[in-house]
Amino acid sequence: MWNSKDIPLFPAVGAAVLRFAPLTPLSLAGAHLVKTLIRRHPSLFARLGEQADKTFLIDPTDLPFAFRLAPHVDAPSLETVRREDAGAWDARIGGPLAALLGLVHGVYDGDALFFSRDLVIEGDTEAVLALRNAIDNEEIDLATELTALLGPLEHLAAAPARRVSSLVGSWFGVALTREDERHA
Amino acid sequence: MSARKLELVCPAGTPAAFRAAIDAGAHTVYCGFNDETNARNFPGLNFSRDELGASIAHAHKKGAHTLVAINTFPRAGAVGFWHKAVDDAARLGADAVILADIGLLDYASKKHPNLRLHLSVQAAAANSDAIAFYARAFGVKRVVLPRVLTVQEIAAINRDIEIETEVFIFGGLCVMAEGRCSLSSYATGKSPNMNGACSPASHVEYREEDGELVSRLGGFAIHRVGASEPAPYPTLCKGCFEAGDYKGHVFEDPSSLDAAALIPQLAEAGVTALKIEGRQRSRSYTESVVRNFRKAVDDYAAGRPVVAGALRDLTEGQTTTAGSYRKTWR
Ligand code: SF4
Repeated sequence: MWNSKDIPLFPAVGAAVLRFAPLTPLSLAGAHLVKTLIRRHPSLFARLGEQADKTFLIDPTDLPFAFRLAPHVDAPSLETVRREDAGAWDARIGGPLAALLGLVHGVYDGDALFFSRDLVIEGDTEAVLALRNAIDNEEIDLATELTALLGPLEHLAAAPARRVSSLVGSWFGVALTREDERHA
Repeated sequence: MSARKLELVCPAGTPAAFRAAIDAGAHTVYCGFNDETNARNFPGLNFSRDELGASIAHAHKKGAHTLVAINTFPRAGAVGFWHKAVDDAARLGADAVILADIGLLDYASKKHPNLRLHLSVQAAAANSDAIAFYARAFGVKRVVLPRVLTVQEIAAINRDIEIETEVFIFGGLCVMAEGRCSLSSYATGKSPNMNGACSPASHVEYREEDGELVSRLGGFAIHRVGASEPAPYPTLCKGCFEAGDYKGHVFEDPSSLDAAALIPQLAEAGVTALKIEGRQRSRSYTESVVRNFRKAVDDYAAGRPVVAGALRDLTEGQTTTAGSYRKTWR
């Protein structure tokens, strides 16, 4: 059983370094990732229904940037943005990166994170619920989704990518695979 | 000496949560279609016909049962929609349907005489005469008792009726006799009884104002909490209001039911099944709560002490109560 005190924060030093990171490569990878997600998880978008037309600001509060997710079926995008340039959004989901990843991996309960104030939601509550429920049903493993970006090389890359993800995750105190979440 | 084994009835809002419930030891899973026929009609939640068919097959393979909640009240002029939900649940192999409306119970009992019928908590049948009527008229086999009864009242009901009783053991509390609360309709025009969602998300707004989290429902501010206080669900019954000189939770504190400590008394009161609330929650919640309660009912059956109170962090208000089972008035 977890409680809010267990959710690690992204190290401040790492966050300070990321302040100067160029965002364009992250945005390009994000666009690719969300397109791959659509292909690999069609039921995610079926569950989102009309909420797929909304724009979400996914805001890891311990990072110097946020993600603007537009899961629009025809033109999906996941853009990395500085908070001050985030533009208009319908719903914002904010919290430590580890909490947000834990939600994707199905390790944390969204309502419990909300009760404990580890998760903040703003704007269109209906859209937030639809996104949260749709993602929870998919049993997504982020490391697997990232290796899927490699297309035909996916199988070759899977094992090393998992090891690298575990290593990077343990440096930064966040779990990038479902397996690591379970052992966290 | 070992005690009677209680059936654990567990929630699933998605196929993934359904599998998580079975893996964690659910004897029975309850769920609903992704439309207004069930009382947890939330965005992104519930089951398509195909998903339900696959989930029922999975449960049967694992030796578990599936109950399909079709427990809202059919809209005038649209009863066919609810009839179809009953027909589809029967066709897909549901072990029982959970119904609240008299007309729908009548339809199901005539059209599907072999389909097991459970009376939903939404029917608010809270005395033995009412329950006996449903059993006699429609062949209902089990009643889910409203969360307004004490253990003594449950025992009295069980002495007088011949069908099974199921009671809530854990999860969010709905203080009014279910099926009769109009607070959500008043604030939003949508009700749990007709549209399947109390305080629907489409009418909820959260906003940070002056360091406080303010929740609004249908434009009414119903709660303000400081930075260190737990955030509540946006249900009107758990809002903070001023009434005369009193300022606070007029209807109900935002705390959740955890009656694990009462498992022995509920069993002795003749209860057959314990129900966990929370189809709107994640598969992580389902997994934790089901595993915990499966251990509790197994411990009780084996004559071991039941350990309670381990799940507080998962609950609304992050505090728990034994609800009406042990009634004390403010
Ligand atoms: S307002 Fe409260 S008592 Fe009424 S239906 Fe909603 S949860 Fe139940």
